Amino acid sequence: MKKILIAFIPLSVLLGLLLLLFLNMGYHNETIPSPLIGKPAPAFSLPTLYGDETLSNADFMGEPWLLNVFGSWCPNCLYEHPVVSQLAASGDVKVVGLNWKDEFEDADNWLTRLGNPYHHIMVDYVGKTAIDFGVYGAPETFLINAEGIIVHKIVGELTPENVANEIRPRLEQMQ
Amino acid sequence: MLPHIGQFLLVLALLLSVALMILPLTGYFKNNQTLMLTARPLSYLLFGVTFAAFIMLIVLFVQQDFSVRYVAQNSALELPLRYRITATWGAHEGSILMWVTVQALWIAAVAKFSRSLSLSQIARVLSVLGWIATGFMAFVVFASNPFETIFPVPLDGQDLNPLLQDFGMIMHPPLLYFGYVGLSVAFALSIAALIGGEINEKWIRWSRRWTNLAWAFLTMGIILGSWWAYYELGWGGWWFWDPVENASFLPWLAATALIHVQAVSERKNAFRGWTVLLAIIAFSLCILGTFLVRSGSITSVHSFAADPFRGIFILVLLAIYTGTALTLYAFRANRLRSRDTINLESRETLMLANSLIFITATFTILLGTLFPMIFEAVGKKISVGAPYFGLMFFVLMIPVAVLLPLGSQLGWHRSSVTAAIKQLLPYFVAATILMIITWLVYKPLNMRALAGIYGGLWVFIATVGQWFKQRGRPTAGFVGMSVAHLGFAVFLFSMSMTEHKDTEQDILMQPGSTVHVGGYDFTFNGVDRVKIENYQAQQGHITVTKNDRVITTLNPQKRFYPKQQMPMTEAAIYAGWTKDIYVSLGEAVNNQGSWAVRIYIKPLIRWMWFGGIMMLAGAVIGLFSARIKRQEDQQLDEVMKKQLNLP
Repeated sequence: MKKILIAFIPLSVLLGLLLLLFLNMGYHNETIPSPLIGKPAPAFSLPTLYGDETLSNADFMGEPWLLNVFGSWCPNCLYEHPVVSQLAASGDVKVVGLNWKDEFEDADNWLTRLGNPYHHIMVDYVGKTAIDFGVYGAPETFLINAEGIIVHKIVGELTPENVANEIRPRLEQMQ
Repeated sequence: MLPHIGQFLLVLALLLSVALMILPLTGYFKNNQTLMLTARPLSYLLFGVTFAAFIMLIVLFVQQDFSVRYVAQNSALELPLRYRITATWGAHEGSILMWVTVQALWIAAVAKFSRSLSLSQIARVLSVLGWIATGFMAFVVFASNPFETIFPVPLDGQDLNPLLQDFGMIMHPPLLYFGYVGLSVAFALSIAALIGGEINEKWIRWSRRWTNLAWAFLTMGIILGSWWAYYELGWGGWWFWDPVENASFLPWLAATALIHVQAVSERKNAFRGWTVLLAIIAFSLCILGTFLVRSGSITSVHSFAADPFRGIFILVLLAIYTGTALTLYAFRANRLRSRDTINLESRETLMLANSLIFITATFTILLGTLFPMIFEAVGKKISVGAPYFGLMFFVLMIPVAVLLPLGSQLGWHRSSVTAAIKQLLPYFVAATILMIITWLVYKPLNMRALAGIYGGLWVFIATVGQWFKQRGRPTAGFVGMSVAHLGFAVFLFSMSMTEHKDTEQDILMQPGSTVHVGGYDFTFNGVDRVKIENYQAQQGHITVTKNDRVITTLNPQKRFYPKQQMPMTEAAIYAGWTKDIYVSLGEAVNNQGSWAVRIYIKPLIRWMWFGGIMMLAGAVIGLFSARIKRQEDQQLDEVMKKQLNLP
């Protein structure tokens, strides 16, 4: 009897695995709803990576902008970098970086190597602002309108698809 | 016209695999010779038809037939001919077609080279293989048809992903598929054995040959993948613990465990259930790997083609194959109970230990790969990175290196650990001395580097020592084992050096400026624009000198493929016996021609891959063990005859 029970262990492991993979399939590619959508962006006041400015919500009022949370330690940020660069270069929206929990040297190296696509880069060294924004992990991107309201949020990397299907239509609506 | 023929051939292949799945197995249960005899012809036919469909797709690519959606998506008028051919398996549909083609090839090979098996055995094995082929054929026909046509026909295609326009990428997927699919033979044998409730040494010895071959292909595929990532991604790394890399590494680990356990179970009536279970695990991980790559469940650099419906389909295949196998296992495994007792102080015990360590490593890496998914399922997102895998894998490989020489020192059946340790002592001393010398030359070295170097030296010296102490002519099995173990040692040593003694610098360089890195002077002579085949590139010119002697000129490129609007980094590498000099271009920093340049000096990195090649060479040499043994027996007979003066 005991032997038979042991023989069933591999089968149970498989069933667990299948369940996990299946559940995950449904989950994937769906944006995790953020309670912040439709609400004003949390108040922040952050130093910039280069120069010694301090930026806050008021500095971005008047036009839509994209807040892109990134870090030099985050591999997926590397993958989305070309997409961010392209979007920023298109000039259709102001792209602002939030350098999250990163050392200056690392971030600087990273940006020197890959290019700096951002109009501004703010630094959140301790991660307090990221918590206010409900950031799970990097990369995450918030689309914020001219009135400072969070319109949309993308968890995970920006891809040509989600830029085309989720970001651009919303930008067009705003105009 | 051609696309329709291709489609027809695929449907025919699906029907043939259904026939192969049903007929011989029915024959087995009804004890009907005629039905069982259909197994071989059906296998050959299946291969012929599938291969014809594959050739058809290649022809469509060569002819640039953009009425086929798949061709239009992955080719373009400007694409050079060699990449048009390889684009056939460049994206999802074609690569799955290649999978089934390779599957059919293996089935035909099994049908051909299985004279040592009885009809009832081969009928069952081929039926199970037909069952596997059916699932994947259905996947091609219903979920990823490469022959689908589009209207209106586009004037030009969208071009092949530039990352795939490269030799390494051309060979990497086929080799992996040969490995993946090759493991289905051991899997099929396990199922066939569980269906019949019996398995013997001869049958395992037969399947071990296939496992060896599959393992060799898998090893080669992984080496090429790693080499490709090294020169193509421009990050100077050779392994990233990326989910897709892990997907190919997991079956490799399980197959390594399987090969070692089979070495025991082909000799005596032991570890029967374990052999069967490992074979099931190894092939299941191949399907899981395909799922991870194709479903887009996990974010990765490699997820080229992600589609949820296809994901579900592969998941269902995984559920059917592995589910059936493990259910059979649960009910039938104790029929395969092993009768021989295993002595604690014997090579068998060490083989068991080996398989346990490798399976632990498999599940550790599987867990790390799936962990982000587990978290995502409860609504959190995290990233498990290289630090976890690197450390865990390192910790698990230490006992492998420590115990390996003991395993090859101990004899089969019954042996003495004390005696073995005594014999190993001189090797241990030699390894320790060499380790200290290495440390003195290359210090500072951290603990991890030292442990890796120590392990590599220890395995290398002990294996060489055992080789010379071997009495009589070494058998192919012994040679294969030794070569593979030397390969492991070479890998371990050079990997530790590469990882811990490399030099890396990101520097801003103006035209004409010189920088000194790791004993070399790098002079930056600016960047110009070139147009080659289907891309444009900014090409840097960097002269490398040592003591004013010019060693080489390196031309790293930033390529731009206009069709896909995609920039690519092409590193320039000066490959040497003892080190690689690696230069890649970052970004242009200003208008005065200054660029961010990344320079690496990577010691012994070639040897790391060479170690891998030695491992696979060992597996290939092992294939000849039976044939060489037969020749030796014949020679021995001749000698005996002469001695006895027999006619």
